[in-house]
Order: sequence, then structure tokens, then C-alpha cells
Amino acid sequence: MTSTHHDAETVPELADLHLVDKPDGPGAAAILAAGIGIFVLGLLTTLNEMSEGIHTFLDAFDGDGGVGPLSGKTILATVAYFGSWAVLWVLWRNKDIDIKKTFWIGLGLGVVGTVLMFPPVFQAFA
Amino acid sequence: MELSSRETWTVIHGLVLGTVFLLAFAGGLAGLWSLRPGLVTTQGIRERMTRLYYGTWIMAVVAWATVITGTWIVYPWYRAALARVGEDVFAGCAGAVRPIDTCSPRDFLLSNVSGTTEAWHSFGMEWKEHVAWAAPFLATAAAFLVTYYGARLIARPWLRAAVIVMLVGAFAAAAIGGAFGAFINKVAPII
Repeated sequence: MTSTHHDAETVPELADLHLVDKPDGPGAAAILAAGIGIFVLGLLTTLNEMSEGIHTFLDAFDGDGGVGPLSGKTILATVAYFGSWAVLWVLWRNKDIDIKKTFWIGLGLGVVGTVLMFPPVFQAFA
Repeated sequence: MELSSRETWTVIHGLVLGTVFLLAFAGGLAGLWSLRPGLVTTQGIRERMTRLYYGTWIMAVVAWATVITGTWIVYPWYRAALARVGEDVFAGCAGAVRPIDTCSPRDFLLSNVSGTTEAWHSFGMEWKEHVAWAAPFLATAAAFLVTYYGARLIARPWLRAAVIVMLVGAFAAAAIGGAFGAFINKVAPII
């Protein structure tokens, strides 16, 4: 891995801190994982309305706890969030990934997920 | 002065955790906003970064605590189906002016027995219960980025702006959840 951000050269105040340069891969992984988590939550929210089978599947996650399908949606979205973060971390931990591009992809996933969990949108599929 | 167990959990979920989240967000945002070249000395960077680490991680932990208590403790009390008698889904809510033993907050809102209240559930609660979960996802990723890059964010204005966007996104998601939670608890309190 070769990382050449030269942060201390562009900002003199950082020189005395003796910071070690780091690759952007882990940062990109965190950003993309957030987008994936939100997207999965939005997708499951809409699918829950579209399919009785998926509704029953999501509803079963809490047994008789009274949370209903929200239990399955939130558990699976959380697993997708941390799971994708872990996978991306392993894949990118020593790489200098294009973090700008990753941010825009993550933002896009987040926006789509947010739209899919907006009631007038997902209720249109009921 | 007494609070029932359910009221206590509602206060913890909405008021206590919500207040800490707001304070941590304000600190985190102010710290990130002023993390620019020329504004802080080397000594100032050290001091500021410590505060920023605490602020962003407290925000992330509190966001998780808020959605977990909300979804797994408070929400089942809100959505319990108590009012059905035979074919009449809202029979238990007849004459109610607020939720009662035979009419949960959700039953009460959907029944429209005390004004036009249905949209508080079909729009407000339905939006709140989902979008609030974006807050811990975004806040945790933002806290990680602040920790991982640390003072290097000063030299990376674009990345610093991206972290601010994520923090503000987390706050917006929490604000939607918090605002609807407060209004819904006013119209149909959990008792």
C-alpha cells in the first residue's frame, strides 16, 4: 500500500503531531456500510408491504415480543450494516480507495433507502 | 410525583437519551466545523480532537440506545392490539379520549374516536419508527471516520465536509423521530 496524502505538508500545524499516513480504504468502508444499512432498511420496509410472505418472515424475528415486522427489518438492516462494513474492511483495509466516489455511492444508497421508508412511498405498494 | 414503569422508559427513550444526543451532536458539529487550517494551533488540535472523539462516540452510542429502547421496549406498548372485540377492530376505544387499558395508543390513533388522529400513526409513527434507525448507522460511521482520520481531517476539507453531512443526516433522522415521538406521545400517551 502506498498512501500519499502528505497531510502535514499541506497543513503545517499537523507537522508537530507526527501523524502516520493511512489508506482511505477503511474510511470508505464505513461510509459505504452506512449507505448499505439505510438502503436495506428502506428496501425491507417496502418489501414488507408488497409481499405477505416477507411480512410473515420479518414478523417472526421477535417471536411474540410485540415489535412486529419492524423487528426483522431493523435486525436485518443492522446485520447488513455491520456485515458489509466487516467485509469491506477486510477487502479495503490496506488500499487507497477513491473515497469521494464511495461517498457519492453511499449517499445515493442512503437517499434511495430513505425514500423507500417514507410512508406515502412504501404504503403505495400495500 | 410518580412515573409508572412505562412512563419512565418513555422518558429515558425520548427525553434523557434525546437530550444527550442533541448535546453530543452540537459539540461534534461545532468541533468539526472549526477544524480548519489556520484556526487552531498544534496544542489546540490535541485538545479539540479529544473533545471530538468523545462527542461523536457519545452521539453514536446514544443513538443506538435510543433506537433499541424505542423499538424493543416502548414500541410494543404503543402498538399492542387491545381494542378488538369480534369483528369490531376498535370496540375497546369507544368513548375514549386517550389510550386506556382496552385501547393502546395505536388503536386510539387509528380509531379516530377523539378527532382525526389516524395520520399520526399512518404517517408520523410509520415514518419515525423506520427513519430513526438511520441515525445510529450514520453516527457510528461518522465517529469511526473522526477516530480513524483524527487531525488529518484538517488537511482533508472534502472528507471533513462528508463527515459533517453524515452527522447532520444522523441528527435529521433523530429529529424526525424525536419530533413525531413527542407529538404522538402528547396525542396518545403510553400509560
